[in-house]
Amino acid sequence: MARITLDGIAHSYLPRPRGPGDFALKPLDHVWRDGGAYALLGPSGCGKTTLLNIISGLIAPSRGRVWFGERDVTDLPTEQRNIAQVFQFPVIYDTMTVYDNLAFPLRNRGASDAELDARVREVARVLDLTGSLGRRARRLSADAKQKISLGRGLVRPDVNAILFDEPLTVIDPQLKWELRAQLKHLHKQFDFTMIYVTHDQTEALTFADAVVVMVDGEVVQMGTPEELFERPTHTFVGFFIGSPGMNILPCTVTGATAQVGAHAIPLPCRYPTLGADAGRVELGIRPEFVHLTDLPDGYPVVVRGVDDVGRHKVVKVTFAGQDLNLTAPEETVVPAVGARLSFETARLNIYRDGQLIAGTPIEREAA
Amino acid sequence: MDTKPVNQRAWLMVAPVLVIVAFSALIPLMTVVNYSVQDIFGPGEAYWVGVEWFQEVLRDRRLHDALFRQFLFSGLVLLIEIPLGVAIALAMPRSGWKVSLVLIVLALPLLIPWNVIGTIWIIFTRPDIGLFGVAINAAGLTFDHTARPLDAWVTLMLMEVWHWTPLVALLAYAGLKAIPPAYYQAARIDGAGPWSVFWYIQLPKMRGVLTIAVLLRFMDSFLIYAEPFVLTGGGPGNTTTFLSIYLVKMALGQFDLGPAAAFSIIYFLIVLLFSWVFYQALQNVGRADRAGGGPQG
Amino acid sequence: MARGMPIRAGTVGLVIYLILLMLPIYWMLNMSLRTNADILSTFSLVPTSLTLDNYLKIFTDPSWYSGYINSILYVSMNMVISVAVALPAAYAFSRYRFLGDKHLFFWLLTNRMAPAAVFALPFFQLYSSVGLIDTHIAVALAHCLFNVPLAVWILEGFMSGVPRELDEMAAIDGHGFPKFFFFMFLPLIRTGIGVTAFFCFMFSWVELLMARTLTTTEAKPIAAVMTRTVSATGLDWGLLAAAGILTIVPGALVIYFVRNYIAKGFALGRV
Repeated sequence: MARITLDGIAHSYLPRPRGPGDFALKPLDHVWRDGGAYALLGPSGCGKTTLLNIISGLIAPSRGRVWFGERDVTDLPTEQRNIAQVFQFPVIYDTMTVYDNLAFPLRNRGASDAELDARVREVARVLDLTGSLGRRARRLSADAKQKISLGRGLVRPDVNAILFDEPLTVIDPQLKWELRAQLKHLHKQFDFTMIYVTHDQTEALTFADAVVVMVDGEVVQMGTPEELFERPTHTFVGFFIGSPGMNILPCTVTGATAQVGAHAIPLPCRYPTLGADAGRVELGIRPEFVHLTDLPDGYPVVVRGVDDVGRHKVVKVTFAGQDLNLTAPEETVVPAVGARLSFETARLNIYRDGQLIAGTPIEREAA
Repeated sequence: MDTKPVNQRAWLMVAPVLVIVAFSALIPLMTVVNYSVQDIFGPGEAYWVGVEWFQEVLRDRRLHDALFRQFLFSGLVLLIEIPLGVAIALAMPRSGWKVSLVLIVLALPLLIPWNVIGTIWIIFTRPDIGLFGVAINAAGLTFDHTARPLDAWVTLMLMEVWHWTPLVALLAYAGLKAIPPAYYQAARIDGAGPWSVFWYIQLPKMRGVLTIAVLLRFMDSFLIYAEPFVLTGGGPGNTTTFLSIYLVKMALGQFDLGPAAAFSIIYFLIVLLFSWVFYQALQNVGRADRAGGGPQG
Repeated sequence: MARGMPIRAGTVGLVIYLILLMLPIYWMLNMSLRTNADILSTFSLVPTSLTLDNYLKIFTDPSWYSGYINSILYVSMNMVISVAVALPAAYAFSRYRFLGDKHLFFWLLTNRMAPAAVFALPFFQLYSSVGLIDTHIAVALAHCLFNVPLAVWILEGFMSGVPRELDEMAAIDGHGFPKFFFFMFLPLIRTGIGVTAFFCFMFSWVELLMARTLTTTEAKPIAAVMTRTVSATGLDWGLLAAAGILTIVPGALVIYFVRNYIAKGFALGRV
């Protein structure tokens, strides 16, 4: 077990990259804590899989070094890295039984029969595969096959980390939950470092101690699920995480007030003046922190529609000429005309060219 | 495992194939069956002889010899061409312009009419004007495929391997290229060596294409006619007289239509039997626990 | 590194193999560029006095070049017919179960196993009785006997690789079957169609026995023209070699067009 350190890692699939646009993965420093559960979240083609393959050694990075603990493993081949990887589609050895599939990594490393047998049976037990040990792996269902892929990683006692590349893609939705819960349990039990690539935010948020959000080959934010939700440092994170995503409204800022259209909105912090010439200035607020109100000082909006998504309603409104979403409790009666809304002031964030701007917090008397 | 829906109307979609194949297959087959049980002297003059021709043919020593030669030939063909073709496919480049070059060079022998193949090898092996013939004589070896049976066999095998190994290589290569990269990556992570990768990933994944390769090579080598006919004419003596050559001699040379027809039915049944065995065997490789119930979960 | 060595050995082996593969063809090319007298008098690795006379003779003599045209005609017809009838059948095999499907599939394959040498005479009688002797379509139809089963087999392999959910989705989206089949399904398996057409071309182009049996003058294939000429002109090696070289050209063109389809790979895991 070891901490994994990425030191200035960057990768391009071109032999001689010219500009930043040629890089599938832009320069990146990162430390993966030993035993941590990480999720790598981002849209397809954002460089997640590239990053994963650099850690496992399937790809040699164009730049930078990879460290496992105190050891530089950049030039070590995959088989010497003590890494396991579970792929998008189940990879199993068709002609072997489940037992032989699980034993394969140990046999290749010359384990003794007794040790091998004990490990294989232990892993089969925790994965509920004991009953299938004697069967041909190719005849099993997709989720059982994916468990075998995972089992081939768990069976090795020396594994530093298990990497998952969207492993639940081909699994039936009802089984996904079950497998996910099992995986989380296994992580606690075996204490391996886990890096889990996905484009599904629910998967990432339910799994991980820390979520790394990537877009266009760059890490835009890393944090706990709460941090990503409450203080996205980038409008992309705000928009990508959450359902529906964060509301992003173009505005100008003077001191502690944001001007959106004709409305002046008080902010929790004081900012340097950001006028029309300051680049792209935006106000970000999550739908969960926008409320319908009966108070006369609420901002007037036009209700465009209401989606009932189960535990709450999503109300779509037009505010100062722009689309805005807010969530309301299930029992709320949404007025057809004359609706007003209020913002939770403490949850308002200001972004400039997509990046969160830190302001100076101010004391404000309760409204 | 097989969850395909049952739909009898699928027969309609198969119907064109049936009609077109049946036209060229069933009617000639009936004619042959008809010949095989009659003694034919000329148009309108035929007598029912029952299984007499079959008995005669089955007692024919020359036919036994031809059959033995045929099995030896096809056996050698499979033993040499299948492993060689797979080895070539493994050695082929996986990407870039070299792939195109190798594929085109490889496919050339396959696209030459079969009698031209014979012609090429006559030219190539002639001791007076052929590169191979001249080279081997220059090396001090006596070599003459028209007089020495072993030389004739060596030449035929060389020609056959030259001609058909590329087919096995092409099919095996296509099978190799269809393996998703994740399999190789997983094998590296599991610490598998090149031999394990071949045995547990590449070979099982090539099963489909190798089934076709083995069947095509068996059938076509068992039915071989034009190439040896052109190159050796079945000689020296009868040492390269394979079944088809013997059959044509019998049917056209001696005009023994009855025995020839009986013979070809037996011939057909032999190919059918062996193809069925190969087909079943290759379909079931690695599926020994067929009875092991349906998918789990 | 240990991994590098076997790969390099493999490449060396491959290059040697390819050179050996080319030698007989090169030798024929060498002969085709020399006169018969030159061939018989001097042994030379490269043609010393180049001549294109052999090729000129073939291109100017109708009895020679019509053989090529005939071959190309019936091979093209066979390719079109084989693929056209095999497509719906392969679809049926890959998508449905029906009475006797497995047996039918194997029965189709058995048609490759009939010894052509014996069936020659019945074939001649059959095609005479329907008045098709010495026509291109006769040869094209006869070659269907071994090409259609192969086409069904290959296409079925490709079609099984397309998830059945696609068919169901198209049906839900309200696309009629013909529209789905021709505009959505076929483009997905165009690699398979290319590969199939290649194999049909190959086996039809190289076949001699049936083609020779079913033709006399009007549709005589080039391969048959060559056998006749061998005996008639007392072995003009140069001319024979030139004719042989020219039989390789159409095949070389076809493989050039389908090389990427083969390079893409296919698994063909039936049943």
